Amino acid sequence: MNKKILMKGNEALAEAAIRAGCRYYFGYPITPQNEVPAYMSKRLPEVNGVFVQAESELASINMIFGAGACGARCMTSSSSPGISLMQEGISYISGAETPAVIVNMMRGGPGLGNIAPSQGDYFQAVKGGGHGDYKIIVFAPASAQEIVNFTVLAFDLTIKYRIPVMILGDGLLGQMTEPVVLPEMKEIQDDINWSICRGQDQVIIRSLYLVPENQLELHNLHLQKKYRSIEKDLNKYYEQYNANDCDYLIFAYGTTARVCKAAIDRLQKENIKIGLFRPISLWPFPKEEIISISSKIKKAFVFEMAQAQFEEDIRLSFEGKKEIKGFYKLGGAIFNDDEIYELIKKNI
Amino acid sequence: MITGKILYKRPKTLKDVNMSYCPGCSHSLMNKILCEIIDEFDIQKKTVVIAPVGCAVLLYDYIDCDSVEAAHGRAPAIATGIKRVNPDNIVISYQGDGDLLSIGMAETIHTANRGENITVVFMNNAVYGMTGGQMAPTTLVGQITKTTPSGRNPENEGYPIRACELINTLEAPYFIARCKVTNSKSIMQTKKILKKAIGYQINKKGYSFIEILSNCPTNWGMKPKDSNKWIQEVMSKYYPVKIFRDKGEA
Amino acid sequence: MNKKNNPVINTDKCKGCELCVSECPVEIIAISDEINIMGYHPAYITDSTKCTGCIKCAISCPDAVITVYREE
Ligand SMILES: Cc1ncc(C[n+]2csc(CCOP(=O)(O)OP(=O)(O)O)c2C)c(N)n1
Ligand code: SF4
Ligand code: SF4
Ligand code: SF4
Repeated sequence: MNKKILMKGNEALAEAAIRAGCRYYFGYPITPQNEVPAYMSKRLPEVNGVFVQAESELASINMIFGAGACGARCMTSSSSPGISLMQEGISYISGAETPAVIVNMMRGGPGLGNIAPSQGDYFQAVKGGGHGDYKIIVFAPASAQEIVNFTVLAFDLTIKYRIPVMILGDGLLGQMTEPVVLPEMKEIQDDINWSICRGQDQVIIRSLYLVPENQLELHNLHLQKKYRSIEKDLNKYYEQYNANDCDYLIFAYGTTARVCKAAIDRLQKENIKIGLFRPISLWPFPKEEIISISSKIKKAFVFEMAQAQFEEDIRLSFEGKKEIKGFYKLGGAIFNDDEIYELIKKNI
Repeated sequence: MITGKILYKRPKTLKDVNMSYCPGCSHSLMNKILCEIIDEFDIQKKTVVIAPVGCAVLLYDYIDCDSVEAAHGRAPAIATGIKRVNPDNIVISYQGDGDLLSIGMAETIHTANRGENITVVFMNNAVYGMTGGQMAPTTLVGQITKTTPSGRNPENEGYPIRACELINTLEAPYFIARCKVTNSKSIMQTKKILKKAIGYQINKKGYSFIEILSNCPTNWGMKPKDSNKWIQEVMSKYYPVKIFRDKGEA
Repeated sequence: MNKKNNPVINTDKCKGCELCVSECPVEIIAISDEINIMGYHPAYITDSTKCTGCIKCAISCPDAVITVYREE
């Protein structure tokens, strides 16, 4: 059994990636995730890995595309403005079906915004961001330990499904120091018989389909079929906190959900029956579970550090059947538990 | 059935299909030359060709090697990723002028600057071929294109960029040369140079940049023969054909 | 010259670009009036007995549709 050690979220992520078999990291500096490339640049050479500081996020994501085309466990990390630059590459990687783990430690936007924690990239992560009909798996951890666990899972899933997997955190999660238990170093034996550089018959990694005319349509149908099966497979990543037998339910993810828990504890002491539902995978979205829980409550609250982005998916699951009240923090501002406590009191 | 000793035949790595390039296009020729070199080194199974956005986007339909199709301008970054994972494979980044010098300028320069052990084949045809003949970074002053209807005017569009000269300011590159393929003699010379570059990659010497002054008969509105003459008489005046650097000979 | 050379153009796949024509030092390549299956006027050999086997035509053919043989 590995023992608990104290680590910063970003460093825990980097070490977890290495233990999950990641040997190739390409990235470009941006706050608040600079600990990831710094850690990788030191640690990867120790395990015969490769660290390259790319000339831009455009280059990073395409280096990942090249490494992924070889079937390698590879990763890049960035924060909001850098992730925007990667959208082109993410679309290509999705079309070409190569593995890639992408970390976004979100910061305030739009534009250069600020370097404070935010959840403003929800739509970009979950609904697309690049061109075309594609999906990426998105995990939103809420602690350093979850960062570790889901980073490890991200590598297994990106290899299994050949789909980009994003770890969607924020500045706070990345910077926060917490105890974590790290997994053992993984022995990798990936089945990558679709990849290039194996000395076999020609392998083409492509996203262009011109002829015959319906070839791109068929490719898209194939992708959608894969997405449906991923939705089926990954429907268990959520947390419920005091969510049984509730009148009121808060929906929140990541950092915001942590703060909500403290408020819930206080409210419960006052015999208010309130709980938390926290999706961890944002795509696939735990829609079925939310639908079923929605029938049991009187009213829902949504807290997020963005303007009703996450809330939109909650509303889609609720289908207008119950009242939903959303509260938002914008531009890098974060909720505190007093504030959440007051807001709930005022609105029940 | 004709028998006898074969003096020249189509290279094995070039698939037995019709290349969709226009008649007389340098892309066809360079696809063929690349395949000849791949055959001669016997590296078909370990070569990866990056197909760029541009007329050569379907490269992998002709060249029978592993291939990754890049987004516009990103071929050298993809090549970097592949080479870092598989240093023993031969990676060729094949790019047009819009791809390499416009949208992909940063990737071009930084891949060269890192001295990645890859071979860049730069097809400079002074226009955007695939999109119908717009101005490229290498369009000559005064040259008429779809987006410079009165000829490229440096006041408005700046001057054509000389890629080899630019790359030659960097420390890392191992081999830099500009070639032309306007007749059998220059084709043979170009093949020798490109073969040397790929040989350097095989021997892990580092980054090579081979520019090919190419034609685009279709968008230049010329017969293939006249387009080659134009390269000879006009283009190569601004873009001198020479070896800029060869660390292997130094 | 006792060995016989035989340049063969795959006329179905020739794009009629004429680049081989000017390469031939003995001027035995011409462009046909006929149209091939791709819609081009293909090149053809007018008198193969004159061929020197220099392979300049084959080297300069972008589409690699010329094969040159030498009878032993
Ligand atoms: C991001 C992006 N912008 C624009 C295009 C459209 N596009 C396709 S090919 C091309 C120009 C290619 O020109 P060049 O690189 O010179 O290659 P050539 O076709 O001449 O061989 C452009 C602009 C694209 N595919 N992607
Ligand atoms: S458009 Fe120009 S570059 Fe493209 S295939 Fe035709 S001749 Fe070649
Ligand atoms: S091999 Fe030489 S002589 Fe013979 S047809 Fe070709 S160019 Fe002419
Ligand atoms: S060079 Fe090749 S394609 Fe062009 S005319 Fe001659 S045989 Fe035909």
